[in-house]
Amino acid sequence: MEKLKYALFTGCTAKQSTPEQMKSTMAVADKLGIELIELTEASCCGASHLQDYDDFLSLVLNARNIAYAEKHGLTMVTICNTCQLNTAMTKHRLDENEDLKNKVNEKLKEVGLEYKGTSNVTHFLYAIIDDFGLDKLKEMVVTPLSQFNIAPFYGCHNIRPSELQNKTHKTKESAYRPTSLDDLIIACGGITVDYKEKTKCCGFHAELQAPKTAAILTGNAIAGATDSNADWMVTPCPLCHLKLDTQTHHASESIGREVELPVLHMQQMVGLALGCSAEELGLQHHLVNVDFV
Amino acid sequence: MSTNTITTQNINFKVFRFNANEDYLPYYEKHEMEVTSEEVVLDILDRIKWEKDGSFSYRRSCRHGICGACAIKVNGRSTLACKESMNDMVELFGKELTIEPLSIKRAVKDMIIDKGDFWDKHESIHPYLISDVEEHPEHEHLVTPEEADELNEADLCIQCGACHYACPVVEINDDFFGPAAFAKAYRFEADVRDDAHVSRLNHLHEEKQGLWDCVKCMECAEVCPKDVNPIDKITKLHQMLFKEGVATSNVATRHAVGFKHSIAKNGVLDEGGLVLYSELAGIVKHIPVALKMFRKGKIVPPWGIVKSENLDEIQKLVKSSSTAKF
Repeated sequence: MEKLKYALFTGCTAKQSTPEQMKSTMAVADKLGIELIELTEASCCGASHLQDYDDFLSLVLNARNIAYAEKHGLTMVTICNTCQLNTAMTKHRLDENEDLKNKVNEKLKEVGLEYKGTSNVTHFLYAIIDDFGLDKLKEMVVTPLSQFNIAPFYGCHNIRPSELQNKTHKTKESAYRPTSLDDLIIACGGITVDYKEKTKCCGFHAELQAPKTAAILTGNAIAGATDSNADWMVTPCPLCHLKLDTQTHHASESIGREVELPVLHMQQMVGLALGCSAEELGLQHHLVNVDFV
Repeated sequence: MSTNTITTQNINFKVFRFNANEDYLPYYEKHEMEVTSEEVVLDILDRIKWEKDGSFSYRRSCRHGICGACAIKVNGRSTLACKESMNDMVELFGKELTIEPLSIKRAVKDMIIDKGDFWDKHESIHPYLISDVEEHPEHEHLVTPEEADELNEADLCIQCGACHYACPVVEINDDFFGPAAFAKAYRFEADVRDDAHVSRLNHLHEEKQGLWDCVKCMECAEVCPKDVNPIDKITKLHQMLFKEGVATSNVATRHAVGFKHSIAKNGVLDEGGLVLYSELAGIVKHIPVALKMFRKGKIVPPWGIVKSENLDEIQKLVKSSSTAKF
């Protein structure tokens, strides 16, 4: 198989509040022999909040990010669910609406760029499943995670709206019964935990605006996984990770019950199975101690 | 010509039963039923009533996805019973299906819920055209196709409540208006004939109802049987608040605007700076967690932020492409 190569849109958190996500992404890509060209020119995707204020500006900025992936002639890979949604949404809207695309390109022309629509945008989770293949991953596992009950936490912006999401990857995913992250857990040798909250919201995007609501949602998610006997949780989204790992105090207070579980980024889980060290995967950056490694 | 053969299979149903007048707690009844590939979920509700228990209660009327009466939950997913094919349900969830009302805590009898909260919120957004119509107008008030396009999608809502009771914020915050009411508000806000524009927006902007409390989970967009896409309408209401100058400075509006400032400065976000911009003095409550994060190497100081390359491009685009003011 030809070496897989993608343009990596890191998003903002991987470079700031979740450094472990950046470390583990690169460590796993290295192990799998996937080449990631970082889009160092990329801006923030707007995270759905810029979109609340200035829709057109968010389209222009996201189109610019994709244009850089197009310049490399590569599929853009995201490592954040919200980056994925906002970028894929931009691509969808521009590809479906010639007028809008022209308006955006008028602006991009000012800086010598053009959005053509030639690069796909997919989350790293689906790049691994669709392009690398879970069978191949299974063969490379050196430390199967067979002693762990692992609770997948999918994160809203990778599974909804499913119509848009299913345009960006080959794996057909149901918003109500998704399988990708479960399949990844199984490929790493782990036991998947089924629980009601696995497709629910962590509350991240209302953390400042509606802190109580956000904390209850976080608390419910961790409690749901705990009650289903999970040893730890795993998520493809760094924003979910931030909520589940750093906000346990508020979450516990809000639901009136102490909740705390180690939460791993999907890349960290794969990295553990592939034999990466705790340090390579940045486990030391977690607030909830990852004590099983 | 393709021929569709009708297939049958045995499905195990777990059906929610509750009579608020008699039962202390709800319970579930199990039925194994032979289901054909042509049936919809409503057929199953009918058959439970006709073949199993005549006291089984549910709402239904038009059978054509128009009246919105028969919305229930199958395996936790809000669905319009008359539109949802059993085949699709079995394909999605397998042969064990749980039939429940839209909201268990609001159950009155079996599938029938007290939808009072839904209607109260619906009414509260003034879901009608408010306009000073001349008694003897000389000509019609014309709406162009382009203007109609702005509200057509939102106009498809049949008030079935599927999104409202799928919304995780409605579930935990009784004051939150919910996706259906907001989408309906947008339908009239986007109507060029409506004169209540700014006053309705002001009402929506009041803190308690929580136009800014949406967690952006996209559940409402996923679940709507009429493709109203309520979250898209909530986003458009947010944009309208700024456009019409109704938005006042609060943590939510500053958060939205803060993204633009951060992007203009660094290309990428300055996460700490953004929280400060949004919270102002309220930043204090984040300090304990921030300190813990700092100790774990999770906080990058403003001077340590790696700005986007070709930042001048981003700054130029922010200047030339901005359409909103605050």
